[in-house]
Amino acid sequence: MNFPPDKTREPLREQGALDTSLRPEFEPKPKIKTRNLKFFYGSHQALFDNNLEIATSQVTAIIGPSGCGKSTHIRVYNRIFELYRDQKASGEVLLDGQNILAPQVDIIELRRKVGMIFQKPTPFPMSVYDNVAYGLRLHYKLSRSEMSERVEKALVSAALWDEVKDKLDQPGIALSGGQQQRLCIARAIAVEPEVLLMDEPTSAIDPVATAKIEELVEVLKSRYTIAIVTHNMQQAARISDFTAFFYEGTIVEFGPTRQIFTNPKSKQTEDYITGRFG
Amino acid sequence: MIRILQKEIEKLKKHILALGAVVEERVQMAVQSIEDNDPELARAVIRGDIEIDHMEVDLEEECLKVLALYQPVATDLRFIIAVLKINNDLERLGDLAVNIADRAICIPAMVTNDMITDITSMANKAQVMLRNSLDALVNMDAGLAREVCARDDEVDEIHARLFTKFETAVRRQPDRLQYYTHLMGVSRNLERIADHTTNIAEDVIYMISGEIVRHRTSEFREKDKGHSHIK
Repeated sequence: MNFPPDKTREPLREQGALDTSLRPEFEPKPKIKTRNLKFFYGSHQALFDNNLEIATSQVTAIIGPSGCGKSTHIRVYNRIFELYRDQKASGEVLLDGQNILAPQVDIIELRRKVGMIFQKPTPFPMSVYDNVAYGLRLHYKLSRSEMSERVEKALVSAALWDEVKDKLDQPGIALSGGQQQRLCIARAIAVEPEVLLMDEPTSAIDPVATAKIEELVEVLKSRYTIAIVTHNMQQAARISDFTAFFYEGTIVEFGPTRQIFTNPKSKQTEDYITGRFG
Repeated sequence: MIRILQKEIEKLKKHILALGAVVEERVQMAVQSIEDNDPELARAVIRGDIEIDHMEVDLEEECLKVLALYQPVATDLRFIIAVLKINNDLERLGDLAVNIADRAICIPAMVTNDMITDITSMANKAQVMLRNSLDALVNMDAGLAREVCARDDEVDEIHARLFTKFETAVRRQPDRLQYYTHLMGVSRNLERIADHTTNIAEDVIYMISGEIVRHRTSEFREKDKGHSHIK
């Protein structure tokens, strides 16, 4: 018996079903390279010879138990630690090959290039609009219409525009926690940074808001290089391309997230991510 | 939370070993039923298959539950993935034992001949492979698992040799075609048993080392030459 040919659809091959690969197509270039980075809180050494490469347009997760130096490490990338006395970094942090720890570096320009999102949303005590415009006014001379355009663009990119477009003049702190965090992201990306540092950005917000931020990270990574500190193992596994495991100020293991979470090389990493210690 | 996950993993291990024990016993009974021409024993294998099917489904549901509730990573994740796959292979091994038992019921009393000697040798090798793959699972012994993978070729070779003998025998005694076809059926099922056993060994290696060794077993054969301790 002859089966009649199936007319309901094109063969899968002709629908392009074979044009796919699970293997990464390229080796990402490093955006930031740290070389023998050490860090001191007064006389206490918190980081020991950290060597790490943060890949361009990828998400790098930094994980490890409390006090292991994760936040300390990323706080060096925009020299925000210098706001505090007695904190000192040595070694090199190369942003596109330029050592950002060098004394002649323009700190304001560095912080424009390397934006930061903190654990707790930190909207300024001003309107939603002014929160986003604040950094823009600091860095650029823009006309009123240009300014409005840039504010809108940043809010759209932070997936917040639809929720706040009718309350731009309301105080930023009147928004929900998740919205406030996205407002901070909008503020950071308004000045067109190259790198976004996120220090536990979802630890103070609910699961729905967390999911929104995670989706946002996935979208933002095409334009920005992202380094994210997180205590949430599943979050690191879900959203990052590379993972670094820190322990007591040293980088124990670094590699593609897929490998770290399926087959870590170090016993310490294995014990930490499976919850056997930490 | 973690302690609970460890308890769940211990439970999965216990269940997969229990399933392994039942399957090992069924394969042994099926082979025995051929060797002793014992249709009653063969029927017991056929009747008992439903028990294996139920155990397989229960174990799969248990694995899915643990995956959904605990989102395990690293060694815990590899363990559960390996258990899911080994579970599947064990169920198929149960089916192959049933196929052999089906043949045992059809085959009249066997006359010892050249083909029977080969089938006995194949059955022994396949059973040793199964036992060793389960021992490798119990003891987390990647070395033993690699040896199992290396042994698959030996069974394949006997199966190929039997096929040549089958052609000659049928030409010589065309009236006994059915008998020889049943013998070939047994041979084919034993060969499949060795294949599924190799899959189990490969999953044990994955579980222990995180290395996917499927489609690479020729490397083990090379390495294994000359220092075998498989019994």
